[in-house]
Amino acid sequence: MDRMQILLLLAMALFALGLIGVIVRRNLLVMLMCMELMLNGVNLSLVTFAQQTGTSAGAVLVFLIFVVAAAEIAIAIPIVLVLVHQRRTLDADAYVDLNG
Amino acid sequence: MLLTLIVLLPLAGFFANGLFGNRLGKPFVTVVGCALPLLAFAIAIKSFLDLLAGGGAPIVETAFTWARIGGQAFDIAFWFDRLSAVMVLIVTGVGSLIHIYSIGYMKEDKSYARFFAYLNLFLFFMLLLVLGRSLLVLFVGWEGVGLASYLLIGFWFEEADNARAGKKAFITNRVGDAGFLLGMFLLYWATGTLEMDKINAAFMGPAAPAVSASLVGILLFIGASGKSAQIPLHVWLPDAMAGPTPVSALIHAATMVTAGVYLVARMSGVYMHAEAASQVVAVIGLATAFFAATIAVTQYDIKKVLAYSTISQLGLMFLALGVGAYSVAIFHVYTHAFFKACLFLGAGSVIHALSGEQDVRRMGGLARKIPVTFVTFVVATAAIAGIPPLAGFFSKDEILWFAFASSRGGSPVLWGVASATALLTSFYMFRLVWLTFLGKSRMEPKVEHHVHESPKSMTGVLAVLAALSAVGGFLALPHFLEPILPLPPVPESLHHFETPLLVTSIAIAFAGLGLAAYFFGNGAVRAARTRERFTKLHRILSGKYFIDELYDRLLGRPLHWISEMVFLRAGDRFLLDGSLHGLANLARRTAGAFSRVQTGNLHLYAFFVVAGMAACLAWSFRHG
Repeated sequence: MDRMQILLLLAMALFALGLIGVIVRRNLLVMLMCMELMLNGVNLSLVTFAQQTGTSAGAVLVFLIFVVAAAEIAIAIPIVLVLVHQRRTLDADAYVDLNG
Repeated sequence: MLLTLIVLLPLAGFFANGLFGNRLGKPFVTVVGCALPLLAFAIAIKSFLDLLAGGGAPIVETAFTWARIGGQAFDIAFWFDRLSAVMVLIVTGVGSLIHIYSIGYMKEDKSYARFFAYLNLFLFFMLLLVLGRSLLVLFVGWEGVGLASYLLIGFWFEEADNARAGKKAFITNRVGDAGFLLGMFLLYWATGTLEMDKINAAFMGPAAPAVSASLVGILLFIGASGKSAQIPLHVWLPDAMAGPTPVSALIHAATMVTAGVYLVARMSGVYMHAEAASQVVAVIGLATAFFAATIAVTQYDIKKVLAYSTISQLGLMFLALGVGAYSVAIFHVYTHAFFKACLFLGAGSVIHALSGEQDVRRMGGLARKIPVTFVTFVVATAAIAGIPPLAGFFSKDEILWFAFASSRGGSPVLWGVASATALLTSFYMFRLVWLTFLGKSRMEPKVEHHVHESPKSMTGVLAVLAALSAVGGFLALPHFLEPILPLPPVPESLHHFETPLLVTSIAIAFAGLGLAAYFFGNGAVRAARTRERFTKLHRILSGKYFIDELYDRLLGRPLHWISEMVFLRAGDRFLLDGSLHGLANLARRTAGAFSRVQTGNLHLYAFFVVAGMAACLAWSFRHG
């Protein structure tokens, strides 16, 4: 098993961990962190492939994802803070009545 | 330039009165509404003198090119020859008089400005009709006068009956217009032009166009019979009396309804080669003349009698057209314009005096109370009855003579029926005089108390028109029109009939007078007795042969049924609404089903996303 495969397995593990976390955890902040985990899993796979093919497109995309992730967190965290301010809880199930 | 001005002046009046009339007040409306038609009349006289100075060569004026399609240019061009000169002078002359009469008649009306605006609009379109060189321009005027007629019949539209009468006139005319349009298409296809002088020349020329002149003639006559209220499209004219009386005089007696006669006379080049079409015109005209006259005998509404009389006189004009005496028909248009306008305006004066009463059964004995109206009405009645030497005598006698002797389809049968019509005409007109003006008063006391002679502006116009009805016949109009509308040749063998027929025609006129005196003098007891003896006949006649009812059964109800069952229920409600409602319902139900997924549970959403992604991946692996 060469280094590439290990890295890709690691990326997959990161993504899967994040995904399971988003689905099973109920704490909003933890769910957000798990989403970051998924993004980083994708990032890792991107740089791995960039290394493998010797092109820079993958690496450039990673930076784009960083920016998007930062923007997303910058919006998501205040939303969570406002929600907590209203109901004093981080449990996602407490907000079921916000359904469309 | 002058011809364009004749046409545009009334249009300017329409815009001035229509846009600003209400704000600027009645004096402004009166001045604009009457001065512009008078000015148009003055210019028409000037153009007429120019025409005479030019020896009768037509004056042509192209205002502008309307459309250029391929190699063809469609011009708005005006054509002023002897025929259009006569028509323009009638339209502007009688039109101006009726405008002046309307000042007094409509004084109290709250829509004074609107009335004059519509009248001016009518004049504009009518002048476009008679001055247009091309059938296209004529058609624009033709539709325009229909519009003006619709607006004026329904002038007092607050009453549903009046609005309905306007609609009836408009829709009946549409039927005729369909024929007119088809005739125009056929002519354009055959001759490649719509300019009437060129069409006539093409038909008169050595190589006649490859189209049946009779077919064209009949199609155009369908249009003419709509506008001129001939059988079977005559039903709208009696109802059109719902409009104000000056309108009945101007549009539904003197000018617009003669547009059909003008059209046939203008297209005489076609009709001279259309023997079958000419026969149709003569027979329909004569039938209309006779049946309308029989109906007029039993009507009690003063305006309805005059309306049927108009239909009957128009029928006589078409009889003249059918036997090829085009200029004689125009002669009758000319005399008819005077005496029928005078009669209608006189009737208007009576109605005005009686505060709106139109039923002759509640009149009587008015002669001494409104003497000017009485005298003018009697003069006009004598003129229409054909008593010499008044105007109607000359034109009617000429029609009877050519119906008898014309080598283009004249026959003793036509003459006989036409003479019977003349007898009826004389009879019902003098009946009207007796019932309205003579005998004992049958008015309600309240109405009788208010009876008053009309103002000077009305009686003055009546006097002018009565004078014209008296002397108008001395103008030898057929002779004047002969260069463009030659009279049909009369076989040599028939010439010795001329004097006996003339004497007969005079005798008939006086016979009608005598009969009316016999039946309606002495309190109309003899008339009542006759009516009781022939109740069935009387019911048919006073029911106008039940033609309205027949149309309702044959056309109205089936159409209503089809609209209701096929178009409304099956088409509109079931097919269109049904499919749209079905689609909307489908969307709503689907949305209802899917909205259950929206629980608000974030984990469930995330699970759906993952499941979706997994499904996509699985699908792409299988098909990748």
